[in-house]
Amino acid sequence: MSFLALTGQILRKDLRIEMRSREGVNTLLFFSTLLVFLFRFAIGSSEAQVREAAPGLLWLAFILTGLWGMARTFQIERENDCLEFLRLAPGDLGGLYLGKVVVGCCLMWAAELVILAMFGLFFHLDMLPVIGPLVPVLLLGTVGFVAIGTLFAAITANLKAREVLLPLLLFPLMVPILLAAGRLTDLGLAGDSLWAEPHWLRLLVGFDVVFLVLGYLTFPFVMED
Amino acid sequence: MDRLAGILGVGAGVLLAIGLWMGLVQAPPDAVQGDVQRIMYIHVPSILTAYLAFTVVLVASIAYLLRGTRGWDRLAHASAEVGVVFTAITLATGSIWGKPTWGVWWTWDARLTGTAVLFLIYVGYLMLRSVVDDRDRAGRYAAVVGILGFFDIIFTHMAVKWFRTLHQPSSLERGAIDPALYLPLMVNLGAFITLYVYFLLRRVRLGALEEAVEAEVLGG
Repeated sequence: MSFLALTGQILRKDLRIEMRSREGVNTLLFFSTLLVFLFRFAIGSSEAQVREAAPGLLWLAFILTGLWGMARTFQIERENDCLEFLRLAPGDLGGLYLGKVVVGCCLMWAAELVILAMFGLFFHLDMLPVIGPLVPVLLLGTVGFVAIGTLFAAITANLKAREVLLPLLLFPLMVPILLAAGRLTDLGLAGDSLWAEPHWLRLLVGFDVVFLVLGYLTFPFVMED
Repeated sequence: MDRLAGILGVGAGVLLAIGLWMGLVQAPPDAVQGDVQRIMYIHVPSILTAYLAFTVVLVASIAYLLRGTRGWDRLAHASAEVGVVFTAITLATGSIWGKPTWGVWWTWDARLTGTAVLFLIYVGYLMLRSVVDDRDRAGRYAAVVGILGFFDIIFTHMAVKWFRTLHQPSSLERGAIDPALYLPLMVNLGAFITLYVYFLLRRVRLGALEEAVEAEVLGG
């Protein structure tokens, strides 16, 4: 099986599981609503303060939700020893990695749209006019997060301390994404062009490419038994 | 190997003594900062040695994934541990230096933030190693984190640089410091690198002994 075929199979399988159980989507809706509520209590009611904190809080919400999403992509494989069978899949294990990255990105983009809507609703931010400029930021920032998150989720999936270890390994590596995507989101929310600070865009693109390639190359070593 | 380690250990001690005497006694105090600036002779060599250590982690990790020989894994593990110690020294001395010069123990400056992230990444690396029982699996997992961590640090440094920075320019940049301060700095750098290699050899040997004992106990 070519690796793209394997990617496609994984994508179909995981999305079908999601469609049937709706476990991910339901938890996600509830969790993101809860986060927005908590954030609102944490920063008080001043509209100016809310606007200032919004880009950082948005990405914090994405990353916290994403952490749970990443852990889930490999936890569903633990049941019935599915991971053992995936390991035996014919062809390049890199295809399995790419499949999981695509699934992870789809889940996260869905979550991000929900969180954006929640922010708009509860923080009185008008999201509709800025959604266009924000799309590339969401796309780029999420790919980098998922590229590393998928790899680390695979590493921690079989460990006893996985709940602690995954954020411990993942969060420090997310500093460049948080800074770059946070800044670009700030520009987007203010209605400015993202090209006002192209170095952040370049950083995100470079980050995505480097970590997708590294993830693809190192994933087979993680799956080896 | 043991003899070499012994010689390096003595060499590191002698070099450190000379370097510290030069830095603390012989070199003139800084024109602006006075004696406070002398902490540079520890601060700068320790971060440079830490960078060296994490580069060794990267190389040894790649070699371990490609070759699978235990030696590379032991080297990566040992170098990461020593690197974390030197990074901790950098953060501690930087904090002590920051209080009298900037008025605060910690500031969200680019270099400080970058170094803190560096520290966190490799502490995570060591924690991962400690929770995986199987040596080969621990080695492979850690190697992946060691490789990704190194590249991530490059991005982190770029990202945090675009914040306003309070830190003085690198002491190694030409013209940043007086030649009278340069020589003691170089001697200390030599001493720290010798010390690093000494620690590394000892830690690698310790790792090999641990594995040998384990194999014997398990009847391997």
